[in-house]
Amino acid sequence: MLKLENISMTVNGNNGENREILRGINLEFVPGKLYAITGPNGGGKTSIAKIIMGIYQHVSGHIFLNGEEISGLNITERARRGIVYAFQHPPRFKGLTVGNLVRIANPDIDNLILRSTLRNVGLCPEDYLDRDVGPGLSGGEIKRVEVAQVLARDALITIFDEPEAGVDLWTIQKLIGIIAEKYLSNPDSIGIVITHNENMLHICDEIILIDEGSVKAIGNAEEIWPLIRDDMECKMKEQCRGEVVYEL
Amino acid sequence: MNFKDLDMQLLDTISDLKGIPKQGAINIRRDGQAIVQKSSPNIEVKSKTDKPGLTVIVKAGTKDEIVHVPVILTQAGYKDRVYNSFIIGENADVTIIAGCGIHNDSHGDSSHEGIHEITVKKGARIKYVEKHYGQGEGAGKRIFTPSTLINIESEASAEMEMVQIKGVDDTVRSTVAHIHEQASLKIIERLLTHGNQKAESAIEISIEGKGGSGQILSRSVAKDDSVQIFKASLLGKTECIGHVECDSIIMGNARIKSTPELVAENADAVLTHEAAIGKIAGEQLIKLMSLGLTEKEAIDTILDSFLN
Ligand SMILES: Nc1ncnc2c1ncn2[C@@H]1O[C@H](COP(=O)(O)OP(=O)(O)O)[C@@H](O)[C@H]1O
Ligand SMILES: [Mg+2]
Repeated sequence: MLKLENISMTVNGNNGENREILRGINLEFVPGKLYAITGPNGGGKTSIAKIIMGIYQHVSGHIFLNGEEISGLNITERARRGIVYAFQHPPRFKGLTVGNLVRIANPDIDNLILRSTLRNVGLCPEDYLDRDVGPGLSGGEIKRVEVAQVLARDALITIFDEPEAGVDLWTIQKLIGIIAEKYLSNPDSIGIVITHNENMLHICDEIILIDEGSVKAIGNAEEIWPLIRDDMECKMKEQCRGEVVYEL
Repeated sequence: MNFKDLDMQLLDTISDLKGIPKQGAINIRRDGQAIVQKSSPNIEVKSKTDKPGLTVIVKAGTKDEIVHVPVILTQAGYKDRVYNSFIIGENADVTIIAGCGIHNDSHGDSSHEGIHEITVKKGARIKYVEKHYGQGEGAGKRIFTPSTLINIESEASAEMEMVQIKGVDDTVRSTVAHIHEQASLKIIERLLTHGNQKAESAIEISIEGKGGSGQILSRSVAKDDSVQIFKASLLGKTECIGHVECDSIIMGNARIKSTPELVAENADAVLTHEAAIGKIAGEQLIKLMSLGLTEKEAIDTILDSFLN
């Protein structure tokens, strides 16, 4: 089980003032379940993922993995404890091939599994195994390589950060199937997907709605979906207050 | 021939030679002497009579053969100068594996000055691979000053891969190329410097024939207090395509100066360059660490693959 206890994080805002981007986050993730984290841009979803991975350190609160406090562990140590995170904006590496990057994620991976992992994210192994994860790949391709790495790692806790962004609909649909197969009712793993995709939200066991740095609601798709809609509409109105609305 | 372990280790590092190949042309130069020299039916290898060095003549139409011409320096403080000429006959297609390894345990400097002239005749293709490597505990430096002149005749093509692996204190490299009609040249440079090393490379490509193309791809890593100076210039005299790409990773207190130069003397010359110097991005380290690597393993992985 992964437990976040009273996590808060303050950053230096661009006007030099401190800004609290997460406040009092309490969450529990148990094996065998697939979780979604959703909510408006800038709400703090990615920050939560980075805190779990250890990319953001020095935050207040505690993180426990199977009862052990891991708050003081660095990224490598957390990775070796079984946490992996698919970046929202993955970096590029000149000279490093797709095949080798996936092999770094899982050095023992069987060649056939490596190939089918690439196929699962819509990358033809023949075309991509030896391609550089460099400037020659499009944004959508980089995202798919990122998801492939993380799937190949077969970790205890896997966090995907908007895996659908920039990826074509056909691949998203396939990806949803794979994530469902891998994390739903799998007693050995916890899947966490940060997403705005309605279909993805619908397959998850639990949806966590994050806005303005705190947990607004937790529930299943039926319970959360109306909140997301209302919340969006309300925001629109606030921003547009005073504007003339044209009938189209 | 009496080979020592040291000889074999240097030869393996610079040219992947595990022994003397049974077939194919070869010349191994150790401390100024040709200790192995062998021609093949299509490739003649002979020592020059007027000055130190070799002439290698590849018969027209020779296909898929490899010539090995490694140089090793094992004597303390040895200074070697060598003049090599390569003439690749029309429509031949061969690989030349050159390269030099210096072992210096002494206080005196060891140096290798290689002056190469390569002629690639009409329609021929070559791949030229040159690795430079230094080792040994002495305070004496390991110095390389190669200069290469390559002439690529019409419809011929050449790919030159020049690699400085490690342990080389000072390098001043000069490469001049002339490219004729429909001919092409691709130069790939890989360079790693560390400690107090200094490396300087100047490449001048002149595209003189219509439809010619020239490309320079340079990747380098400068660590510690090392210094790299890189000049790449492309001259397009006619309708042609040229591209320069210099990409460096800088670490520690290193310094890198990179100067690409494009000169077009014809409105149909299409010349481009890209140059980038930067440190390893934090995001790259974090990514690899999140896959279980330590910070040091992540740095090594990034550098190794960058220079692959
Ligand atoms: N390292 C940081 N430094 C400063 N501001 C940050 C940092 N990380 C996140 N933020 C800010 O915190 C807020 C939440 O960001 P993020 O977690 O990326 O949101 P989300 O993923 O929900 O879109 C944003 O306003 C963002 O600009
Ligand atoms: Mg985000």
